[in-house]
Amino acid sequence: MEFSDFLWMTCGIFLTLATFSFLYKDNPFYKFAEHLVVGVSAGFFVVVLWHGTLVPNLFQKLEDGDWYMLWLNSSEWWYIIPALLGVLMWTRFSKEYSWVSRWPMGLYIGISTGIAIPLEMSNRVNKQLHAMMIEIDWANFFGGNILSTTSGFAQLLIFVGAIAALIYFFFSKEHKGLFGGVATFGIWILMIGFGASFGYTVMARVSLFINRMQDTKDWGIAAFNNAEVVNPHYGAQYQIVFWLLVLFVVGYIINEIVSHLKSKQV
Amino acid sequence: MKVKMLLAVFLLLAICSNSYAQDTTAEGDTTAISVDSLRLPAPPGNLSGRDKPNDHGHAIILDWELSPDDGGGSNSVLRYDIYKWVPQLMLDINLVRDSIIIIQKIIRKTTDGIEEGSQADSMLKVFSKFSKDELFDIRNRLTDHIKAENEGLAEASKSYPENGAWLFIDKKPSGTKTFDHIGSKEFKSKGFVPDYADLYYRVDAVTITGAKASSEIFGPIQSSGQWYNTYRTPVVFSVFLFTILTVFYVMRAKQGADLYVRPLGGIEAVDDAIGRATEMGRPILYVLGLGSAADIATIASFTILGRVAKKVAEYQTELLVPTYDPIVMTVAQEVVKSAYLDAGRPDAYKEDTVHFVTQSQFAYVAAVNGIMLRELPATNVYMGKFFAESLILAETGALAGSIQISGTDEIAQIPFFIVACDYTLIGEELYAASAYLGKDPVLLGSLKAQDYAKAAIIILAVIGVIVAQFDFGHYYVDLFEVVN
Repeated sequence: MEFSDFLWMTCGIFLTLATFSFLYKDNPFYKFAEHLVVGVSAGFFVVVLWHGTLVPNLFQKLEDGDWYMLWLNSSEWWYIIPALLGVLMWTRFSKEYSWVSRWPMGLYIGISTGIAIPLEMSNRVNKQLHAMMIEIDWANFFGGNILSTTSGFAQLLIFVGAIAALIYFFFSKEHKGLFGGVATFGIWILMIGFGASFGYTVMARVSLFINRMQDTKDWGIAAFNNAEVVNPHYGAQYQIVFWLLVLFVVGYIINEIVSHLKSKQV
Repeated sequence: MKVKMLLAVFLLLAICSNSYAQDTTAEGDTTAISVDSLRLPAPPGNLSGRDKPNDHGHAIILDWELSPDDGGGSNSVLRYDIYKWVPQLMLDINLVRDSIIIIQKIIRKTTDGIEEGSQADSMLKVFSKFSKDELFDIRNRLTDHIKAENEGLAEASKSYPENGAWLFIDKKPSGTKTFDHIGSKEFKSKGFVPDYADLYYRVDAVTITGAKASSEIFGPIQSSGQWYNTYRTPVVFSVFLFTILTVFYVMRAKQGADLYVRPLGGIEAVDDAIGRATEMGRPILYVLGLGSAADIATIASFTILGRVAKKVAEYQTELLVPTYDPIVMTVAQEVVKSAYLDAGRPDAYKEDTVHFVTQSQFAYVAAVNGIMLRELPATNVYMGKFFAESLILAETGALAGSIQISGTDEIAQIPFFIVACDYTLIGEELYAASAYLGKDPVLLGSLKAQDYAKAAIIILAVIGVIVAQFDFGHYYVDLFEVVN
């Protein structure tokens, strides 16, 4: 690993530690990491939007037009219309004309809703309804693995659970009596599903944490040139950077302990 | 300038005719089939085709019987190559398309993907001599030329098998018996398949040594688009019925009918939480999530934000709304401004109440976490579309000691809100909350319509499961099937 790569890696380790320090309390290092990521991402997205959206979808479409003709002589002049709608959003800077910005917003939300309604109806209602109407495997009701989706019992449980969960989301009637009982069964089914989902996602997060720890370990290995493949460019500067960061972290921890003890004495 | 342009077009056509000769030998494969020293495989049989139904056109579905040597016989078939016959005019058009791409590259000062000494490179050298304005002019003329020539494709395809060539389209592994040739509808695109033009296909069985045997040629067949997608009929009916229900209940609500909605714990808590913030003299943080202004969860969240902002204006508490999406920010500003106006406190409205942070997910989380720990809001409200950031936000809010109310329709994120927030609106409760809080007849009416639509779904599903146990059940079940 080149020294420049090692420095970038050290930077990543420092930012990882700075972010984890938030678990202790808000502190200057977390603030630094937070402002860095917010600033960098804002700058990054400006560039991405410019080169990924405006240039190919607007500027390149109107590139054969002339500015003094307001690009109306461009071969694809109709791209001026969305550009104008975008410009109308800037009227928000004027108190007098800010109402004009509602036009592009209205158009955007109207079109998006028009696209979303049939899609939602198809994916979340029709397809789900069709999938619920299954032929239950009575011959294999308890056979094999009872919780396998191929067993008749599991198929029936899924169907009853789906109906009960739907009843829970019925808002026009109070959850009392038999209706309330079914709704309670519905929320239990939902909670079982949420529990499984929670465990699954936590495992994924733990794997992310392990990944960061492995990176930290690799950083330590690189600092002392302990990797299987020996770095021919290795020098003392690697260890200096390593110990500087360690010293920095230990120094901060000692400072916090001292401050804490002092505040207790007061 | 005109002379120069004519020269360019002349050179282009010269290159085209030259490269056409290369193309037909390289991939055209007119009638010559590679004869390997090893045994040729048996050809695929009964090639047939049909226009792809319920689409925008420009697509054909091909079916064939497997070669006897695919999975049986000598079992030597490795893949199937699919070819389409195209008239010479189409080949010419393709080359003009290539030249347009080269011109675009020169205009944009890039040579990506052009190898030195290639046909594209020679075109590049020719066109590089022109000024930008001349290139624009040539490009536009060539585009018009393609457009005009495309109109002649239907006529040109009638000349089959004369004056044309076989073009390789795709390959499929052994065992495949069908292929959807989905062409482009854009005449500028190289994959353009014209509607109402005669199309001819053949499928070659290919062995590992490259030995090929062609099926009989299928054609002519024409593609066409349909105005109505019959596969979506159940969706049309559902939307229609739901619209009728919604209109009916909205009208009832407008007439003053008492439409009962059961109390929702999370929503009842909103007023208390605003009161708590006022008493403590701390702000209220409202997070709209990462959804766009078109997401239904975000739209529901706007309504709740309006209600919260109105209460905040009445109680003169501070409101913080950091946003992720610029359009969401703009809409949220309008909502909050209107709420302050409704509360009779337009003077108390501050422009930076609703502010933009960033469009990077975790940078946004970092910023909101910072706000939570520095401003110490008394109440955090998370309503909208949330993703991986939900637990980070809710955990930090709990750490800061805030009362937290959340609501999202993202099923994967609900568990995190349930464990870390005081009140959580699960899925559709979020939409119900916006109607419940707003008390607007349109929202209340649509909520009622949703309820009765759910009741209808339960009844239809129960009937469906009962009849599905019988042989005739599929007649009923198939009524609800939506094919992609």
